[in-house]
Amino acid sequence: MNRALALWHSSIGKHAVMAVTGVIMVLYLITHVVANLLIFQGPSGINAYSRFLHGTGGALWIARLVLLVAVVLHIMAAVQLTNRRRAARPVGYAAGRQPQVSTLASRTIRWGGALILVFLIYHILHFTLGTVHASFVEGDPYHNVATGFRNPLVVVFYEIAMAAVGLHLYHGIWSSGRTLGVSTPSPRPLRRQLALALGVLVWLGFAVIPLAVFAGMVPA
Amino acid sequence: MNLTLHVWRQAGPDAPGRMVRYEAADISPDMSFLEMLDVVNERLMQTGDSPIAFDHDCREGICGSCSLMINGVAHGPNPGTATCQLHMRSFADGDEIHIEPWRARAFPVVRDLVVDRAALDRIIAAGGFVSAATGSAPDGNATLIPKDTVDTAMDAAQCIGCGACVAACPNGSASLFTAAKITHLGLLPQGQPERLQRARRMVERMDIEGFGGCTLYGECQEACPKMISIDTITRMNRDFLRASMTPVRAAVAESD
Ligand code: FES
Repeated sequence: MNRALALWHSSIGKHAVMAVTGVIMVLYLITHVVANLLIFQGPSGINAYSRFLHGTGGALWIARLVLLVAVVLHIMAAVQLTNRRRAARPVGYAAGRQPQVSTLASRTIRWGGALILVFLIYHILHFTLGTVHASFVEGDPYHNVATGFRNPLVVVFYEIAMAAVGLHLYHGIWSSGRTLGVSTPSPRPLRRQLALALGVLVWLGFAVIPLAVFAGMVPA
Repeated sequence: MNLTLHVWRQAGPDAPGRMVRYEAADISPDMSFLEMLDVVNERLMQTGDSPIAFDHDCREGICGSCSLMINGVAHGPNPGTATCQLHMRSFADGDEIHIEPWRARAFPVVRDLVVDRAALDRIIAAGGFVSAATGSAPDGNATLIPKDTVDTAMDAAQCIGCGACVAACPNGSASLFTAAKITHLGLLPQGQPERLQRARRMVERMDIEGFGGCTLYGECQEACPKMISIDTITRMNRDFLRASMTPVRAAVAESD
């Protein structure tokens, strides 16, 4: 217990927590994006998957609980590390610090994360609880998705958020391996193929659906 | 060449500081950056002004004293080059050059461009050494170490402790500095007995000194005059996490 606390107090420990919870969320996102594509099979595919998930009873809630804990720990660590970062450089550079090699993804990791949190809340209200959905039908995800992207503003918001998720994963997946010390040494350590592939696949998989629905390719 | 300098002037640790503009005329492109400042200082003293204080010692890129943020880039525009090895031919006639000290809470400004980097010494003192007395230099091949291990350890051992990694890091992290020493000693047989506790103590000290955490921007590697790889940070993280899984008492008993 003391050791776990000591780990949590250290900056590397907090980053390790972010990496582990991040990996959990990435694994979930991969199942999420694959399941989403069932929408193109018509109502039978995705609704059957939904019934299967709800039929697992406790398992669904255990998965939800694990994800909730992962999200909370990820955000707690992020906020505390951001505070340490602010404290670490109270006086900045008059000429500005000029980034040399850092990627856009790494520089937007915090604000992108905040945007993703806002999106996550909206997304749950939209498709899980139906609170902000115009014609939500419990237990009929096909209908909910097919009718959920009529408002172009909603589509745009989803597209922006999915781009943010892609960028977040591009830096997050790569840096997790290094934070946890499992990446192998490389002559070009900034190169990141696995993270690029996963980031792009997850982004495209999610991004295609609101556009397809808006374009009328998913008949209600 | 004629240049316009904007230099951070600060009379003392608690005095307020500001950027001051100087015209630097007739600068030879063959001067090093520090020689250019020497010339500016000589002229300042002739007019009765106080010279710009900056750190320097070896002026051949090996001591890590020089430490200038030049136009927002640690050690200026050339990769793998300390400020003292940067030459004015890397600039163009008429350039404006902003010169600032390293910025970090753990590096308080002493005067003008000089900062106190003792925090880095305290990180080393926390465990960046082998505590066993080893006598005089051993026979060259008495301990056999694979070539690639030696090379990787040597690459990390090149750290001159200048603090550019901290200055360039958006998080103000000293991870590259700390990781270089952990990697250097952690790869060699002499460093094995204290490897895990070294990682734990040095990382703890790094946090206590008020440096930020590492989000792997990679800016440190680019700023480092010795081009030390962020691979060392991966090694530090691995050793630190392993140390955190190891019971404290056992780890301390190893050498205390
Ligand atoms: S003065 Fe020694 S490294 Fe620059």
